[in-house]
Amino acid sequence: MPLLEVKDLHTSFFTDAGEVKAVNGVSFNLDHGKVLGIVGESGSGKSVTAYSIMQILAGTGKIVSGSIKVDGQELVGAGEKVMKTIRGNKISIIFQDPMTSLNPTYTIGHQLMEAIVLHTDRNKKQAYDRAVEMLRLVNINEPEKRMDQYPFEFSGGMRQRIMIAMALACEPDILIADEPTTALDVTIQAQILELMQSLQKELGMAIIMITHDLGVVAQMCDEVIVMYAGSICEQGTADEIFYNPCHEYTKGLMRSIPTADTAGSKLQPITGTPIDLLNMPKGCPFAPRCDAAMKICLTQRCERMEINEEHAAACWMNVKKALDAGELALKEVATSE
Amino acid sequence: MSEIIKQPLLEVKDLKQHFSINMGAFKTKPLKAVDGVSFSINKGETLGLVGESGCGKTTVGRTILHLYKPTAGEIWYNGKKIETKQDIMEFRKKATMVFQDPYSSLNPRMTVADIIGEPLDVHKLYTSKQERQERILELMGHVGLNSEHAARYAHEFSGGQRQRIGIARALAVNPDFIVCDEPVSALDVSIQAQVINMFDELQDKLGLTYLFIAHDLLVVRHISDRIAVMYLGKMVELADAATIYDRPLHPYSKSLLSAVPVPDPKIARANQRIMLEGDIPSPLNAPSGCPFRTRCPYATEQCAAEMPEFKEVEKGHFVACHHVAEVN
Repeated sequence: MPLLEVKDLHTSFFTDAGEVKAVNGVSFNLDHGKVLGIVGESGSGKSVTAYSIMQILAGTGKIVSGSIKVDGQELVGAGEKVMKTIRGNKISIIFQDPMTSLNPTYTIGHQLMEAIVLHTDRNKKQAYDRAVEMLRLVNINEPEKRMDQYPFEFSGGMRQRIMIAMALACEPDILIADEPTTALDVTIQAQILELMQSLQKELGMAIIMITHDLGVVAQMCDEVIVMYAGSICEQGTADEIFYNPCHEYTKGLMRSIPTADTAGSKLQPITGTPIDLLNMPKGCPFAPRCDAAMKICLTQRCERMEINEEHAAACWMNVKKALDAGELALKEVATSE
Repeated sequence: MSEIIKQPLLEVKDLKQHFSINMGAFKTKPLKAVDGVSFSINKGETLGLVGESGCGKTTVGRTILHLYKPTAGEIWYNGKKIETKQDIMEFRKKATMVFQDPYSSLNPRMTVADIIGEPLDVHKLYTSKQERQERILELMGHVGLNSEHAARYAHEFSGGQRQRIGIARALAVNPDFIVCDEPVSALDVSIQAQVINMFDELQDKLGLTYLFIAHDLLVVRHISDRIAVMYLGKMVELADAATIYDRPLHPYSKSLLSAVPVPDPKIARANQRIMLEGDIPSPLNAPSGCPFRTRCPYATEQCAAEMPEFKEVEKGHFVACHHVAEVN
């Protein structure tokens, strides 16, 4: 049984302008000790997927349908009481901005201990010891002294370490990291990523790494999900996604990153502008920006198709490729629809 | 990339920018944001300026344009030193800026046409209303916006389109030199590539010279001819873009470059990162001598005693480190 099982998740925001389908049919599994990367641009639904799992959606957001199971336990519709036993104990989350996610009016020690007392049956003294132990684990020097300090007395990198300490204090099985290093400088980012990698090996938890940085994904992740406009366009092992991308959007993303070889030449950007989630096109959401778009892409959405055991994508180009290679007869396609 | 003429368009000599920070009770302390930086940019060249937050790269860009009055140092443009108020006004017709945040750098109450037209108004660069309008439409054409967009407001555009408006505004006075301050860091990857290409094309078409400030090292390598690395208000290394990436000499540049996540799993897994201990010191309490010594694995007493000279160790490759020979 997978540790986390998300099936056909639909999450919408009900705004004055209409329903925004932020997550539109997302399914994936996460096993113990694996690192899963979710990549996509702003508005692709990667963060909303995470917030749906934690059920910490903003006011107008709602899980419309689908299933989220942790260790076989259904979370959708389970209620706040159950979720309180899940958050922190089973699944923890760290956010992008370590400044705004810590309370500026309480000491670090107070905030760490609060989480520990709330989620475990430790008393205050034990919680203090645990908090100090956690700070030491994330390489904060003189943790006893640091416990009495306020967030403003720490640098951005240290605040993110404290967030990690807080998230891991109750030994969750899953850590969701929502753009954990986007606000940090590269040398500090390298420190945090290395810390996460070593803690992951030490504690054996699973990580969901949400990011727009393909470099971070390449370094950290075993498996990758690429999202566009609320749906998964491609998912597979990191090697498959990077070396054998099978969705036109993923290919476009890979082409548009500057590398050593592009210096002095033109980049190949994805044309057009990001999609308006209030006016979703009928067919493939990426079709309006896709250079390879065919007639069918504009009218009909491609279902998820297996490329191999480690790789699936939702792109009609794969069907065309199979047809051209003679691996598929036209009649088969017609009947399967 | 366009032809680079080996003649400096802009020369910065020992530039210093110290801000005075109020410490309460009538006490102030100098914050040395930029502390003795010298470089030159040739005509048609792109100089990339990289470093982490607080290193002073943005302050360098703003001080060059005299958005801040320099504490010390000289700025020469086209062989002429910029001193008087009149010099500054003239200079600003030749040198403009593109800002990082396309959301806060455009006035929400102005239409696109007025945003782009404002520099024309300030410098009185037209004789008739019609000439102004034609110039605005021409500028919008340069950045891939069409005439229908002219009467709209900034909030009606996406991030990438807003940055195009900001670029059109920077081009309005027909400049030779543009300071690009993190112009693509607020944009998504797919949009970022569009804007980077536009900078390239505009440089070819209009013969522009850029100072390209960014923290994304992959972007900087792509666009720059030469790259300068800053740390805590000082320049620590300057060389050709390819040289900096293939053979960085300063220990800070080495670790900075090794920390960049490479979008290729096999390389990323095998990559040996040079980890730095700790955080960047506050510029209010900058270390004595070499600013990097507190995090540098090679630091000695000499580094604490004196600031290493920024010297040319091989042709066109400048480094400020006492121990270049041992480090490499």
